[in-house]
Amino acid sequence: MKKKNNTAASVLSAFLGILAIFWVYPVVMILINSLKSEKYITTDSAFILPDAASFAGLENYVQALGAQGFATAFGYSLVITVSSVVLILLCTSMCAWYITRVHNFLSKMCYALFVFSMVVPFQMLMFTLSSTADRLELDTPFRICIIYLGFGAGLAVFMFTGFMKSIPLEIEEAAMIDGCNPIKTFFSVILPILKPTLISVCILETMWLWNDYLLPYLVLDRKKYTTIPILIQYFKGSYGHVAMGPMMACIIMTVLPIIIMYISCQKYIIKGVLAGAVKG
Amino acid sequence: MEKAIRRYWPVFVLPTLAAFCIGFIYPFIQGLYLSFCKFTTIKKATFIGLKNYAYALSDEGFWSAFSFTAAFTVASTVLINVIAFMIALALTSRIKGANLYRTVFFMPNLIGGIVLGYIWQILLNCVLSLLDKPLLALNATYGFWGLIILMLWQQVGYMMIIYIAGLQSIPEDYLEAARIDGASASQILFRIKIPNVMPSITICSFLTITNGFKLFDQNLALTGGEPAHESEMMALNIYNTFYSRSGGQWKGYGQAKAVIFCIMVILISLIQLKVTKSREVQQ
Repeated sequence: MKKKNNTAASVLSAFLGILAIFWVYPVVMILINSLKSEKYITTDSAFILPDAASFAGLENYVQALGAQGFATAFGYSLVITVSSVVLILLCTSMCAWYITRVHNFLSKMCYALFVFSMVVPFQMLMFTLSSTADRLELDTPFRICIIYLGFGAGLAVFMFTGFMKSIPLEIEEAAMIDGCNPIKTFFSVILPILKPTLISVCILETMWLWNDYLLPYLVLDRKKYTTIPILIQYFKGSYGHVAMGPMMACIIMTVLPIIIMYISCQKYIIKGVLAGAVKG
Repeated sequence: MEKAIRRYWPVFVLPTLAAFCIGFIYPFIQGLYLSFCKFTTIKKATFIGLKNYAYALSDEGFWSAFSFTAAFTVASTVLINVIAFMIALALTSRIKGANLYRTVFFMPNLIGGIVLGYIWQILLNCVLSLLDKPLLALNATYGFWGLIILMLWQQVGYMMIIYIAGLQSIPEDYLEAARIDGASASQILFRIKIPNVMPSITICSFLTITNGFKLFDQNLALTGGEPAHESEMMALNIYNTFYSRSGGQWKGYGQAKAVIFCIMVILISLIQLKVTKSREVQQ
């Protein structure tokens, strides 16, 4: 009996091992090829490690960072993601508190609309949203966060209200009786209790914002600003010769920070994803 | 206390509500209105009634995008959920290195659709050309299965996490009682494990259905709809109707298609809500 279990377990391990290799391989392949010089990147040799002749060191990376504009795109992506996430966390958590604690027409209507907005696909709004953003001059990386606050509010408010319903009213009442006004109560009592949900929402929104392609592509002034997904799309979308080496270097430089982030805060990311899935 | 908070509504609600009006409500209503108009820019719109809808519903490209999307959604939903559930089962059976596997399988989920699309385009095209087969952009069938492989790679980890959480929440007593009663491994699986993770199965199915239905980035990056719009899914079809044709009529057609698409997505969500609700009553 025991022996049978052992063989079953080792077959299972072997199977999972092969599957895991399949999961890691695509990224490794891009990494290998990003180290080759341009003319050695061919389909025939794509699966071979670089040798003395084809090894290009970090040449592709240098080119991607400078000439291809990866460094600027990274900067803009960072600005957009950080500003939008901070704004979303602050504004929607306040809004969610109002919605859970006040029962009037305004709060009910807001909640219904926020939930509805989670369902609507982006294609429905893409044309009108980008022209609205143009007219209000929200088409720069420093102001696009207002658009993101509006479009991303649904999920955040939904998750915050879900959690706030379980916070006992007594704590807030005690703070108010002690003389706190609602603003002070919110920041010194509610916000600390919200910390786990804040982290979950922060992770979900970061994952979305960092990778979002179509919204910034349509909203931002295309001649001046590119984010990382837009840059990578440009490589392929432009006509003529595609600079494969720098492109792969860009992919690796995009993926690497994500993997490092993931490994260092895996616990929170998985928790956040689970919270989002169960609610959504 | 409620009164005190209510007075502070400009502080608490107004910022989000104002941004929500700019970023959602106004464009949504305007989009609805424009679907009945002929327009190139928002200011130059003339009302033409239901003509846009008539065109959208008679457009063959739109229907072929719909059937491609539907086929893709069904195939990806089934495959993703079956594989994710099997991996989750394996990883909850006290196997060595379960955490490492979990980490690896979940990783692709954090990479964005555009980047994923290009990674797989490079890889699959290399494999196809080594096998002397046509490239992804030349054959819609390869494009279809390429997209499926890509989505498996991206989403299996996510669904696996949800299934693992579901499997771990089954009380150990149930399993032990079944074992004492002499239940076989497959009986335990079908009579205890699967019925107890039904909520997770519902969640995952609907997540994969909506993800598949609304897919855009991956489609754009992997095949771009090639060859001749054959591998174009609905979201990409709407996008192309809007932006890759010039002429006064196309934007109106695109907006009408977008409204139809939106209604389909809302219908799926309503079904989901109903299914989830009926489950809750049973429990």
